[in-house]
Amino acid sequence: MEAFLISVLIAATPFLLAGLGELVAERSGVLNLGVEGMMLVGAVAAFAVTYTTGSAAAGMLAGAGAGAALAGLFAIVALGLLANQAATGLALTIFGVGASGLIGQGFVGQTIKPLQKLGIPGLTDTTALGRILLGHDVMVYLALALALAVGWFLNATRAGLMLRAIGDNPEGAHALGFHVVRVRTLATLFGGFCAGLGGAYLSLAYTPMWGENMTAGRGWIALALVVFATWRPGRLVAGAYLFATVTQLQFYGQDWGIRLPSQFLAMAPYLATIAALVIISRDVNLTKANAPAAIGRPFRAER
Amino acid sequence: MMPRLEARAEPSAWMSIASPVIAIGLTLVAGAMLLTALGRDPAEALWVYFVSPFTDAYSRAELVVKAVPLALIGAGLAVSFRANVWNIGAAGQYVAGAMAGGLVALGAPEATGTAWYVLYLAAGAAGGIAWAAIPAFLRTRFNANEILVSLMLTYVAVLLLDWAVRGPWRDPLGFGFPQSRDFTQTFHTPVILEGTRLHAGVLIAVIAAVALTLMMDRTLRGFELRVIGAAPRAGAFAGFSQTGAVWFALLVSGGLAGLAGAIEVSATVHQLQPDISAGYGFVAIIAAFLGRLNPAGALFGALILAVSYIGGENAQILLKLPKNVTGIFQGMLLFFLLGCDTLIRYRIVWGRRLAP
Repeated sequence: MEAFLISVLIAATPFLLAGLGELVAERSGVLNLGVEGMMLVGAVAAFAVTYTTGSAAAGMLAGAGAGAALAGLFAIVALGLLANQAATGLALTIFGVGASGLIGQGFVGQTIKPLQKLGIPGLTDTTALGRILLGHDVMVYLALALALAVGWFLNATRAGLMLRAIGDNPEGAHALGFHVVRVRTLATLFGGFCAGLGGAYLSLAYTPMWGENMTAGRGWIALALVVFATWRPGRLVAGAYLFATVTQLQFYGQDWGIRLPSQFLAMAPYLATIAALVIISRDVNLTKANAPAAIGRPFRAER
Repeated sequence: MMPRLEARAEPSAWMSIASPVIAIGLTLVAGAMLLTALGRDPAEALWVYFVSPFTDAYSRAELVVKAVPLALIGAGLAVSFRANVWNIGAAGQYVAGAMAGGLVALGAPEATGTAWYVLYLAAGAAGGIAWAAIPAFLRTRFNANEILVSLMLTYVAVLLLDWAVRGPWRDPLGFGFPQSRDFTQTFHTPVILEGTRLHAGVLIAVIAAVALTLMMDRTLRGFELRVIGAAPRAGAFAGFSQTGAVWFALLVSGGLAGLAGAIEVSATVHQLQPDISAGYGFVAIIAAFLGRLNPAGALFGALILAVSYIGGENAQILLKLPKNVTGIFQGMLLFFLLGCDTLIRYRIVWGRRLAP
């Protein structure tokens, strides 16, 4: 049980990072379906840089940078050229899968030292609670801090209010003198940065190696997570841990005597995602309350 | 002086045709840069990618073989996307169709006669329809996002197939490989050109594309779908059912994806294997967009993407280029296409920015 809880905290981190990034982008009115692709290039860039330089920090930054670079492509086509956002996001994922596979082909089968675990001597080792909560790498805590920061930014700052206004009513925000496309571009880049970071966490800490398509749909689950969280950072944290719990069931289910073929246990996260979407979406009031009104709609300053 | 976009009075029909051509050109230029960066002679590599598939009769037939599943799926997706219903789980519906067909083919090894083959195809379509009915039901009944639900179901379908070919359907004489028994001759899609693998599926793809195009252009249902897709509020005022459009779009595209899965398996590998889908469900999205979200146009889009597949295989063999380069080409193509499509509704003007 202890090992299970520890693994849940670790598995939740990439969901949390990618989900928070997408949440901010969607709050500004941008629906970027390319999270899976951005996570993959983040994962491969982080692994490649860490493998060659030996620095995990450099790898993390490289992963985040690669994710942001892909998001930049999205911004040019979807925000600059007003292309359909859903289609552009799909293109980003197709491109990201191919590009990460190409970059990573020399790194398949290589290993690196996983991200270093922190720990407070005397506290981390002596109690079960300490081992579960305190013995993780720095990203587990940074992801949580990021959730707090995003929540504070969206709800308590002027810039956050502006971002939300742009997501709800870009024409009105534009009339007030806000730079809609500029803010949306920044939000999109932040989304890519976070997705890249989430991917980097997968290849540096979760399983310290690179494998083609190693995200296995986590980018898509992160997208569902944003809906599940009804666009609120606090709920996103809860959702990330919930989804991580389901993901980890496939590894622990067999030990706990669940006699199902491994493929059925591996389906659990996807089926749970569908169930979660249904439960949240059926309540129109719940989703409409926070959903950005202009999500996915291109904006062009007419006047 | 900054370039800026200025709305055209009405969408340019000419740009709508020119845009894919420009996008292909830009993809070739970007591809040449990528190949140069990989240390290859770009002229030679591009020749292998985009010309070599046309150089002999066998390759030309292979192009069509590759294009059949893409065209079938792409034609259905064109209808779906036109109605603004984002079925991106065609890969899962394709697998579900192949499995439903497999249920017939593996369950009736003694069967002979064309009727059984027709039943096999019907089962394939039904499998795809059933798989697509899940997102349709959850979207119309519970308002659950069809993009995410259909995509999640793709992972589920692939895992289900993986379980089936390692478990109940595993060929006992298959040396432990994860694959089903071979389908009997009854369940082989007939070859229509001796000496190649060109099969009758191409006829089904053409018929489906033409029928869907006529449906979209000439019937009330087609009109409804287009209105609801372009202007949902106008569709609602006209009394068109949003729910009906979602069901129709998902079932048509799911049925065709399922049919594509059944045809592909019965025409090429003749057995179920874990990796039959080969990403067709995703790549067919590009085919639909290349074909201007027109079912007949998806035929051409599918052929263009088939060139990248066959060329990619040739490049793997002749130039030892990694297979992922093909995916990059395909992703770039969609990017450039979406970018160029801006010019359908806007023109580029050089001049001073208007006050923000």
